[in-house]
Amino acid sequence: MAARSRVSSLLSRSFSASSPFLSRSQGKNLNNGSRIVRRFGTSSAAEEVISPSVQVSYTKLLIDGNFVDAASGKTFPTLDPRTGEVIAHVAEGDAEDINRAVKAARKAFDEGPWPKMTAYERSRVMLRLADLVEKHSEELAALESWDNGKTYEQALTAEIPMVARLFRYYAGWADKIHGLTVPADGNYHVQTLHEPIGVAGQIIPWNFPLLMFAWKVGPALACGNTIVLKTAEQTPLTAFYVGKLFLEAGLPPGVLNIVSGFGATAGASLASHMDVDKLAFTGSTDTGKVILGLAANSNLKPVTLELGGKSPFIVFEDADIDKAVELAHFALFFNQGQCCCAGSRTYVHEKVYDEFVEKAKARALKRVVGDPFKKGIEQGPQIDSKQFEKVMKYIRSGVESNATLECGGGQVGDRGYFIQPTVFSNVKDDMLIAQDEIFGPVQSILKFSDVDEVIKRANDTRYGLAAGVFTKSLDTANRVSRALKAGTVWVNCFDVFDAAIPFGGYKMSGNGREKGIYSLNNYLQVKAVVTPLNNPAWI
Amino acid sequence: MASRRVSSLLSRSLFSSSSLFSLRGKDPLMSRGARRYSNLASASLEDTITPPVKVEHTQLLINGKFVDSASGKTFPTLDPRTGEVIAQVAEGDVEDVNRAVVAARKAFDQGPWPRMTAYERSKILFRFADLIEKHNDEIAALETWDNGKPYEQSANIEVPMLARVFRYYAGWADKIHGMTVPGDGSHHVQTLHEPIGVAGQIIPWNFPLLMLSWKLGPALACGNTVVLKTAEQTPLSALLVGRLLHEAGLPEGVVNIVSGFGPTAGAAIASHMDIDKVAFTGSTDVGKIILELASKSNLKAVTLELGGKSPFIVCEDADVDQAVEMAHFALFFNQGQCCCAGSRTFVHERVYDEFVEKAKARAINRAVGDPFKSGIEQGPQVDSEQFEKILKYIRHGVDSGATLQAGGDRHGSKGYYIQPTVFSDVKDDMLIAKDEIFGPVQTILKFKNLDEVIARANNSRYGLAAGVFTQNLDTANRLMRALRVGSVWINCFDVFDATIPFGGYKMSGIGREKGIYSLNNYLQVKAVVTSIKNPAWL
Repeated sequence: MAARSRVSSLLSRSFSASSPFLSRSQGKNLNNGSRIVRRFGTSSAAEEVISPSVQVSYTKLLIDGNFVDAASGKTFPTLDPRTGEVIAHVAEGDAEDINRAVKAARKAFDEGPWPKMTAYERSRVMLRLADLVEKHSEELAALESWDNGKTYEQALTAEIPMVARLFRYYAGWADKIHGLTVPADGNYHVQTLHEPIGVAGQIIPWNFPLLMFAWKVGPALACGNTIVLKTAEQTPLTAFYVGKLFLEAGLPPGVLNIVSGFGATAGASLASHMDVDKLAFTGSTDTGKVILGLAANSNLKPVTLELGGKSPFIVFEDADIDKAVELAHFALFFNQGQCCCAGSRTYVHEKVYDEFVEKAKARALKRVVGDPFKKGIEQGPQIDSKQFEKVMKYIRSGVESNATLECGGGQVGDRGYFIQPTVFSNVKDDMLIAQDEIFGPVQSILKFSDVDEVIKRANDTRYGLAAGVFTKSLDTANRVSRALKAGTVWVNCFDVFDAAIPFGGYKMSGNGREKGIYSLNNYLQVKAVVTPLNNPAWI
Repeated sequence: MASRRVSSLLSRSLFSSSSLFSLRGKDPLMSRGARRYSNLASASLEDTITPPVKVEHTQLLINGKFVDSASGKTFPTLDPRTGEVIAQVAEGDVEDVNRAVVAARKAFDQGPWPRMTAYERSKILFRFADLIEKHNDEIAALETWDNGKPYEQSANIEVPMLARVFRYYAGWADKIHGMTVPGDGSHHVQTLHEPIGVAGQIIPWNFPLLMLSWKLGPALACGNTVVLKTAEQTPLSALLVGRLLHEAGLPEGVVNIVSGFGPTAGAAIASHMDIDKVAFTGSTDVGKIILELASKSNLKAVTLELGGKSPFIVCEDADVDQAVEMAHFALFFNQGQCCCAGSRTFVHERVYDEFVEKAKARAINRAVGDPFKSGIEQGPQVDSEQFEKILKYIRHGVDSGATLQAGGDRHGSKGYYIQPTVFSDVKDDMLIAKDEIFGPVQTILKFKNLDEVIARANNSRYGLAAGVFTQNLDTANRLMRALRVGSVWINCFDVFDATIPFGGYKMSGIGREKGIYSLNNYLQVKAVVTSIKNPAWL
């Protein structure tokens, strides 16, 4: 209760402030919500399922400005992760639907109106959309929570406001995309035009359905592209709703087409489509490799990939331990541990290791697990049975490889996909739980002795998405920030996701950056234009 | 005479953009000093000139040393004028790429290259540019011998541009800035633009050293180390230049050069797990393989510079004589072996007949012969495979009903010379109007209006470049936006200044080389966020 109003007040002060996720856990009194809810240890969390206060109004594909059935007429069920029960049947897009969507997007790009409108007009459509997202934030948050299992408070007070914030950010970019004039070596006038690429294919994941939607749709539209977007089969609902709001905001038909469906069918046909000019994908590294292979074998569309991670969270001996424990807890458990950038290798200096483990365990034991629609809940269910089973398998692997299970390790309740906040200590680098992306509420705490060693171990992974560094020493912070091969380094903070901050991976965590000015490059082609100059006043 | 014109232009505005364009103007280039292909038959081939250079380096350059390949194998590199062996060159394979990567990895991970100041790195690159100029003639001779391009072109244009590109990127080394970023709350946000690590670079044979400079320049300026594979047709000049790089003070392991073949050494680079980035210039089909190998290995970032079928559009208001000369140059330059060759010459119907007549006359005037001879405009194609491929396309053009205006056959009886060939009445659906021929074969098509020519020009899987000839500002402005290509040259062609980005739309590639844009290819962006207490401003 108190936690919720703190989050809201933070948001209302500095609208969609950075790291709104953190407002709950920052400061000394943690777990304000804990008084009114039950701990994960009790199994009653899932007993009384709260009815979401929203109707499912849109379940069909959004193509060329209309909601339509799949060409095959097929549907698939989207499930409530709290119970495994069906929320709604959703049109199942396949190759034929992608073709229809690409055709609509192609027309909206090649014949207009989208790239032929002024940038100012495009920005105003996006600004109106942001207003509508705010107006409908409760319905959107409820739908997001229902389909995904994330806490309603998180959806309402952090994520939906960030969706609006991101669209306002990119709306502001639309009329600030400048080419360059270029100094020539002779009598030539040289300029570069930064043009929209054309039809962008975008494939988004289920862990932050609308935020990922905003990261992808925002820059693509600002730059004048049209879009065919495929949602994750686990979470198709909210994107349709926002698609409807986009039409209301004045987006012309065909500019944004949304196809729900599966990766192997709809996703693959988007990635290998000959009339799609660009592809952006967020998901697992293995699927990212498939996507890039499909682009290579079709029309060489440029691909940006936002993939997996196994991000180190490094706590040095001089760190404020209580704060580090709280941030490390947040870095891993946030969103049920379903974050590509989760701080999933907690490296703690040997001098503070025992104290840290004790406190991390205590914090995990206090984590409030339950129906995500209930106030004060910190952790809802995992997204689906497949992820649930995978996480449980890794927990068993941790036990079998002799890591010390400090707490958790089992299911919460007997319904849905709730998992106990789990903490392992004495984790070694070669254990599977320290190498693979678990994507669940399982914290692995490792011990280190000095900076050289921890830099080497932190970098010894195929991933390079993010890192957390906890220290008071400026030298340590400066050195480690440069040495870590990761696209984001959070120093004494974590998961700060402002619209202006680029996000993306080194190594097998991906190619390219999203958010910020950098994301514009993903949706622009550079054209050099050269003309001779007769009798120039200057060169 | 002609060569003196080129030189004087170069000395005025050293390696100026106009250097490629000394060809502009009314009189066709170099026509007086050389023999015509039509009237000299095989005469030009009889007296093969001995190149004024010795081949000193034929081994792989790994970790600062010239070494044999692990297998001990070699392959011959041939003189395109005769098909005879110039030298036996070490044949790099997987094991050699591994050794080169270990050296590059060490030079990156343990220094010194990324740990030197940017200023120190730039000074080495500046010294290297000076050494290139000092050895200009030797480098140019080697380039011509191995590739077949006219010596005057190598000595007066390409090697000077090599120095110019390295000076350009030397200047960037200490100007790579990250940004500070406005946060939405109490955070201090900055982005670091870091070197990626070990870059794999695979270059083609048509402009061996220029392609080397486009790739090495930005990679080194940004602090990366490199494993570079040369084309098997043209391994020699890169090895010489590699030696000069080390003479200039480049630490060992920073640049490693492996000669060898695509399916072996090239594939090993593209699929190597310890290479962080790969840049490739070559055909679209091979580009697809490279990207797939990257996707199946470690997802290294890939830039691709691939094929083209670039339109050259002559509008009815254009200066026809100038357009003919430029269209001729756009296609025939470098024996037609340019990825951005203006290989679809679209001419407005009102000036079509005049244009064809003059284009034919210009082609017949083209001086073909030993590239070491002064005044020669066109040497041999690079090898027998290319030679046969081009002759096949010429037969195809004849078979499909295009009108053969000039040329159409080999030139002489030795080596890989081909007559400058012109087809008129070419239709969009003919193979010669769709495929990249990569040879001295001009195809002239007719168009009626702008809408039509835009649609036809864009109706290609390629999108590398375009030429536009018009005096009308509205036409120029409209075409420059409508053409889906990476470079639009208006009333000019092949202007390749170091500052101008080059690269493809569609299946002509991914990414841009040259200019500020190329730096992105060799930098990773890292966001660094720290919480701030009591900030004076946000």
